[in-house]
Amino acid sequence: MVIDMAQFHQVFFEESIEGLDVMESGLLNMDPGTVDPEEINAIFRAAHSIKGGSGTFGFSEIASFTHVMETLLDEMRDGRRAVTAQAVEALLRSVDVLREMLKSVSAGDEIDADEVRSQQNELEAILRNQAAVDPQQETTTAAVDDVTPSGWHIVFRPHSHMMRTGNDPLRIIRELAELGDTEVKGDASLVPRFAEFDPEECFLSWEITLHGEVDRSAVADVFDWVEDDCDLSVAPIYPEAATEAQPQAAPLAVQPVAAAPVPEQDERRKGDRRNDDRRAPVDRRQGDRRNGPAAGGSSSIRVDINKIDGLINMVGELVITQSMLSLLGEDFGMDRVERLQDGLAQLERHTRELQESVMQIRMLPISFTFSRFPRLVHDLSTKMGKKIELKMSGEHTEVDKTVIEKIGDPLVHLVRNSLDHGIEMPEVRKAAGKPETGTVHLNAAHRGGNIIIEIRDDGKGLDRDRIASKAVERGLIPEDHNLSDQQIYELIFQPGFSTADQVSDVSGRGVGMDVVRRNINELGGNIEIESELGEGSAIIIRLPLTLAILDGQTISVGDETYIVPLVSIIESIQPKREMINLVAGRGETFKLRNEYLPIVRLHEIFGIDSVNASELVDGLLVVVEGDGKRCGLFVDDLIGQQQVVIKSLEANYRRVDGISGATILGDGSVALILDIPGIIRLASEKKPLESLRKSA
Amino acid sequence: MASILAVDDSASMRQMVSFTLKGAGYEVLEAADGVEALGIAKTRSVDLVITDVNMPNMDGISLIQNLRTLPTYKFTPLLMLTTESSPEKKQQGKAAGATGWIVKPFNPEQLLNTVKKVIR
Repeated sequence: MVIDMAQFHQVFFEESIEGLDVMESGLLNMDPGTVDPEEINAIFRAAHSIKGGSGTFGFSEIASFTHVMETLLDEMRDGRRAVTAQAVEALLRSVDVLREMLKSVSAGDEIDADEVRSQQNELEAILRNQAAVDPQQETTTAAVDDVTPSGWHIVFRPHSHMMRTGNDPLRIIRELAELGDTEVKGDASLVPRFAEFDPEECFLSWEITLHGEVDRSAVADVFDWVEDDCDLSVAPIYPEAATEAQPQAAPLAVQPVAAAPVPEQDERRKGDRRNDDRRAPVDRRQGDRRNGPAAGGSSSIRVDINKIDGLINMVGELVITQSMLSLLGEDFGMDRVERLQDGLAQLERHTRELQESVMQIRMLPISFTFSRFPRLVHDLSTKMGKKIELKMSGEHTEVDKTVIEKIGDPLVHLVRNSLDHGIEMPEVRKAAGKPETGTVHLNAAHRGGNIIIEIRDDGKGLDRDRIASKAVERGLIPEDHNLSDQQIYELIFQPGFSTADQVSDVSGRGVGMDVVRRNINELGGNIEIESELGEGSAIIIRLPLTLAILDGQTISVGDETYIVPLVSIIESIQPKREMINLVAGRGETFKLRNEYLPIVRLHEIFGIDSVNASELVDGLLVVVEGDGKRCGLFVDDLIGQQQVVIKSLEANYRRVDGISGATILGDGSVALILDIPGIIRLASEKKPLESLRKSA
Repeated sequence: MASILAVDDSASMRQMVSFTLKGAGYEVLEAADGVEALGIAKTRSVDLVITDVNMPNMDGISLIQNLRTLPTYKFTPLLMLTTESSPEKKQQGKAAGATGWIVKPFNPEQLLNTVKKVIR
């Protein structure tokens, strides 16, 4: 039977990555000097599973690398080796190397052999440090088996308890018979009288002559499992002529029974290893080839069985409702209208519940993203010589899988910033009357239809004046600016903006915050800063719960219907004539509570002829915010709020500026979903840029 | 049809073992650790148990020990999956009542050959 091992690869990669996470967090929790047995056991088990799996699935490089890690962990677990900070660091680095190896293998790429080699050397150096070399492992026996004997004389005397280990002497004899012709002589002399006979014990013994040129290791293999449960002697039979030619073999034949198998075991083990080496390259080649296309795009998701059960339950309800409705339709009369309405209401409820449950499947706890931070903070704070404690809360908050995938890098950037720019050096903190250890708090929570992720530190906070002077220097704002704190903080999201005097390798290159904001905007979220000089700062990210469904406001512009994401809407107003100002050459603005906002006419942007709304006072202004900028969208009417399913425009048509997607409305017509930051950009390109910046 | 209980905390190994054995026509039950396996073993008898050694909750050695105390498992072949690096594990396993072992890494053919040795 040929079994395609490639089908198990995906599961193996996934569980290995999970195992690595377990190892990493365990290692980070490990206090050098003391060993929490459960902790180190869990780490060991993870390494062990990866080793076992990689060996079985033909990833021999991973197996041999993990083997070294496992050996070290095993010695730590047994208390044979002290848990030192050095060893823990080395193991952490090994986890990284292993992760890279897994990535390479799953992508079908070459493994970086140098990297692996050097890390393995480091581990081996640690292992050698306290040489626990097993001397007998290395000594191999003389090559007795050079000339294969013509047969074996075997005396097999099972101990009385053998059958209670599940081993059947008959099975062993049968197996010997598969190696060659056998003559078996049974010895029943030890069988007691019937009254004393215990059927669960073995009283028989055998003398077996095995004819044929069989390797000693093959014979030893047969008895491998029972060598301690029986008296065994295995003596070679040589043809008359060979006996004299092999005088050194003779003493072995008369060796005491128990001693005989020992050297063979070594021999056999070596044999196994040879087999493995021979097999491994073949397996790997197959694995790589088969794995190639699979690794390209396939990803799977683990779903809590409760969620699946919930779904099935819901579908069951739906089926019941459906059958109820079809029964109702069979003989329909006006007297049944009420029941029909009830049924439809029920159908609606079930559909909504079903929709929610299906969405739940895509939801994963944000701990998938958070879990990398203990390591990051540990590494960076050591590097920077700062004392930092990372607190995390709300790790169980569930977010869409896409969010998990895309939020990681921005969060890493923000946490790095907090560590580098936020938290001060211990002596500075002490001088400022703060505890030496700084705190970075990562928090996630559901609030309304949003997910809030906060990165809060008790560091020195943003320095308003420094940011402002830097911005003036760069010509981003005029010298006589009159900006609020919030507006000043916003400046750090400008491309290329950095106040760090020195560029460290952690941060300060001034690339990033703009990218962070863009990434978060792409997820349909926004980002805010709170800060208090000397007290700390907080970055607050707000993301939609799911990316597949959006709460939208349907608006009409001419004959067209559009959807504005509800998260971008601040308010909607009916403009009065006195609110509107025409700034010469700079377009229209309106005054909303002491603030001048530009007006964006959607008719113009999308080139729609509208009969009824060329006058602003006849329509409505929807005040929206995107990318930190606000404006008023001029529309004909607000139709209503509804949840819409987002269909990708790019996948079905092509990218269109100012549009983030499309959806199908209840009446079957297609409505486009507005990309608010995109629209604001579009509008500002049309008009002189200044008009927006001044008023924003 | 002979039934086999496969116990391993690693889903990929479990799938591989189970897939291979099912392909050879055995009935296969799966458990992710010793506790789960013991639970299954108490409700029904199987013809062979193949268990990993290192597992959370209850490891393979304890599982074997516990199984041997059950009357229906007194003579049942109990095999453990172990790595060549741990001869002492084999000894512990034997002491607990294991029938034998399959050395990791193994391929499906090796697995089937071993299983055929103990199940007729």
